[in-house]
Amino acid sequence: MRRRNHARFRAQGKVSVMRDILQRALAIAEQLGASYADARYMERATESIAVKNGVVDGITSGVSQGINIRVLVNDAWGFASSSIVAMPEADVIAQRAVAIAKASALSAGKPAVLSPLEKQVGKFSTPMAKDPFLVPLNEKVDLLLRADAAMRSVKGIAVTTGNIEYGRESKIFVSSEGSDVEQVLVDCGAAITAYAVDEQSGELQQRSYPNSFGRQAGATGYEIIEAMDLVGHAPKIAEEAVQLLTAKQLEPGVTTIILDGPQTAIQIHESCGHPIELDRVLGMEAGFVGKSFLTTDKLNNFTYGSEFVNIVADATTPGGLGTFGWDDEGVPAQRTNIVTNGRFTGYLMSRDTAPDLGLSSNGCVRADNWNRLPMIRMTNVSLLPGTWKLEDLIADTEDGIYLSVNRSWSIDNLRLNFQFATEVGWEIKNGKLGAMIKNPTYTGITPEFWRSCDAVCNADYWTVWGTPNCGKGEPMQTMRTGHGAAPSRFRNVRVGVSALK
Amino acid sequence: MQMNEQAIRALCEKVLRYSTADQTEVLFMGTHGALTRFAVNHIHQNVAEENAEVNIRVVVGKKVGVASANVLDDTTLQATVEKAIAIAKLQPENPEWVSLPGPIAIPYVKTFSPATAAYTPEARAKAVDVVIRLAKERGFEAAGAFETNATYFAVANSLGVWAYEPRTESEFHAVVMADNDGSGYTQRMNVDAGTFDFEAMAREAVEKAARSQNPIIPDLGEYETVLDTYAVGEMIQNLNFMGLNAQSQREGSGPLVGKLGQQVADNRITLVNDPAHPLAERFSFDFEGVPIQKLAIIEGGVAKAVTYDSYNANLEGKQNTGNALPAPNRFGPAPLHLALSAGDSSVEEMIRKVERGIYVTRFHYTNIVHPTKAVFTGMTRDGTFLIEHGELTKPVRPLRFVQGIWDALNQVKSLGATQLLSRDYMAVAAPALHVGAWAFTGVQRQGE
Repeated sequence: MRRRNHARFRAQGKVSVMRDILQRALAIAEQLGASYADARYMERATESIAVKNGVVDGITSGVSQGINIRVLVNDAWGFASSSIVAMPEADVIAQRAVAIAKASALSAGKPAVLSPLEKQVGKFSTPMAKDPFLVPLNEKVDLLLRADAAMRSVKGIAVTTGNIEYGRESKIFVSSEGSDVEQVLVDCGAAITAYAVDEQSGELQQRSYPNSFGRQAGATGYEIIEAMDLVGHAPKIAEEAVQLLTAKQLEPGVTTIILDGPQTAIQIHESCGHPIELDRVLGMEAGFVGKSFLTTDKLNNFTYGSEFVNIVADATTPGGLGTFGWDDEGVPAQRTNIVTNGRFTGYLMSRDTAPDLGLSSNGCVRADNWNRLPMIRMTNVSLLPGTWKLEDLIADTEDGIYLSVNRSWSIDNLRLNFQFATEVGWEIKNGKLGAMIKNPTYTGITPEFWRSCDAVCNADYWTVWGTPNCGKGEPMQTMRTGHGAAPSRFRNVRVGVSALK
Repeated sequence: MQMNEQAIRALCEKVLRYSTADQTEVLFMGTHGALTRFAVNHIHQNVAEENAEVNIRVVVGKKVGVASANVLDDTTLQATVEKAIAIAKLQPENPEWVSLPGPIAIPYVKTFSPATAAYTPEARAKAVDVVIRLAKERGFEAAGAFETNATYFAVANSLGVWAYEPRTESEFHAVVMADNDGSGYTQRMNVDAGTFDFEAMAREAVEKAARSQNPIIPDLGEYETVLDTYAVGEMIQNLNFMGLNAQSQREGSGPLVGKLGQQVADNRITLVNDPAHPLAERFSFDFEGVPIQKLAIIEGGVAKAVTYDSYNANLEGKQNTGNALPAPNRFGPAPLHLALSAGDSSVEEMIRKVERGIYVTRFHYTNIVHPTKAVFTGMTRDGTFLIEHGELTKPVRPLRFVQGIWDALNQVKSLGATQLLSRDYMAVAAPALHVGAWAFTGVQRQGE
């Protein structure tokens, strides 16, 4: 399948033509004074299928392609992109990028230094068993409609939704240092949600499977969807959505919580993934989303979490949504230890930020499409498995709450104070799961929270969860990131803060 | 790819001719985008984009397919039409589908500024430099962005709709940071970038940064609160995200469910969606080529109306208010020109009337906690102050809040006399707001 994707890319006659256009853009930029330049061709094809209440809510197929060039002139950066993929446009974007870099130099900072990189040449394709684009459309629609019907068979359900979405990114990267890399990356995912409404009280409850806010997704083929058994799980989540209407409200207090895999994944994303972005740490995102509490003086010198907390950024994780061959600066995919036995040990870096710490890029730069500047993005930022079985962990918990699947998230501009809500919770009393809880929320301060982690479930409970919609940058980019996670336990957490009366 | 109206129309008509579907719609968007970003007192990211794309929607019986492309040669356009038709034919019928909209005369508002369209990287750099210079003079650090975009937008369909307008958008914002945690903020957006006073914007952010150094941690709890314009805009945006539209209403998922015709807020609260609002002029028609109606969503505190697109209007037999988003749209018809009516107070007067309270410049990372109960959470940022005896006395660290929007809008003490157009994700024109209570539940701290 790996070979087939590249064959298709080449059969379109594109690769050699694109490479010539990109090389031309590099040559023009260098003639005009660029000390470094890199250029990309990217084509992103997507298909999405949505159903709602037993009917098709929308099916769409889209292709967007273009070329871009990033140049360093007089120690300042410029970037220009165009959807016209043709030889004369190489000159246009190169000239525009150089002019923009010269404008940047009017308000220049310290000279840009790029960490060293050996010339990279090669090809990479997402390994997969079943290309989602080749699965017949009616088969995919039928799967969602069957899951939808299974949810609607439950009495009291108001709205049901389901979606499948997949994409294929074909790209070529070339640089003035001689790198030349070709990649075809495929991602695929799906989810279903059941909503129940009590019009009298205005109560709205939802349950999603396997995950909320989009879908569960990975850099893999249709096999990820086949393994989900959407139809089999549909009645259970629908029943839970209805039960939530009459479940009890969580009482405010301080207690022990166990987060399920999907909620642990978003907890990692927001409170570890973003604050370890070195561009953010260095102030490059300060005008938009803020900075980070993980300042450079804390590297190798800060207790981020308890001894049970081991976090890695790994762009080689099989099936992870942040898995690739090279990043969009041509740096090979790799694994970095971010938190080691609780100690903070690493950042997500680019070639122009790593030298600030005397380090080299660890390959974390991506752009969401051809018309966006590549920047530091999470790869697969994962909490490594611990030793517990989930049954044993619950049995070991005297008094607490089990929280499942994210419903809302919010975190401050330094990534310290967070508040999350989940779709559902269950009381844990004397080591047993008890009553269902609606509208559960918990809040905390990032390092206090991770230091209170005293158990992580083992590899049998560990899944690479996909976050298909991570926003960053201006203009905004929506990136696909992965987070391996297993259910985890945290002590002394403030829960139930709510304005719901 | 510079294309004039004639060329865009010819392209759209060609797409319609290629189609064998019962109904066909083509949405064209040409983009000339540019954005200059600065941080740590220098320009660090500076980008430009040229794009032109079509989004084609076809109707076959009661089946709808959508396909998009940004390669506009005849072969690709034909293939994209065929792809949309194939998608439509492969699916079961949607019995609720009626029709694409027919043509309705569009009252065009001013959506284009040649000055914005012609803005250069040098001119953006000069504007940015004004803010950086004033920040540096105080030893502060500035970060932000200046965006100047021109888009050429058209909708055509086989029922005779033709809507075209060039649109410009400019937005400038900056966070200025002093030592010891103090920071300030400024933001302006307008069709015409020539309206921006960069010196005044720089002073707004620099002065607030200077005042907000060495913040304290106050006791948490409910406070009488003055929300400045940026914060009010983001609160209204959250109300919009919760769903002020016919779809959320029908599905029981929005903040106005069961409330239409009822008093939901203080009688000075009027929220309109108005494409001709002097601050909000941005689009004349929606993504189906239907003129955007002026619509009072809340009037005198009473919930009056929700937004419609053709699908929801046909389904319920109601009037289309012109609030379609691009197809397929799972969110529902959205008002993109929201304006909260102004009152008669200045922010200074509001503060003078508070014995003990909190002043909030803006919010950060807000999110919905419960949509039907209109509860949201978030942090404050870039200038939060304790008010004591009618004066801003001490800066406070960023605070977390969990607040019901209707609860706040029922405790209005006064509204600001001046509206400002700002955006977090969606642009909203809003005045400052003085409310009787706001629930602060947490604070930003490093941890123990």
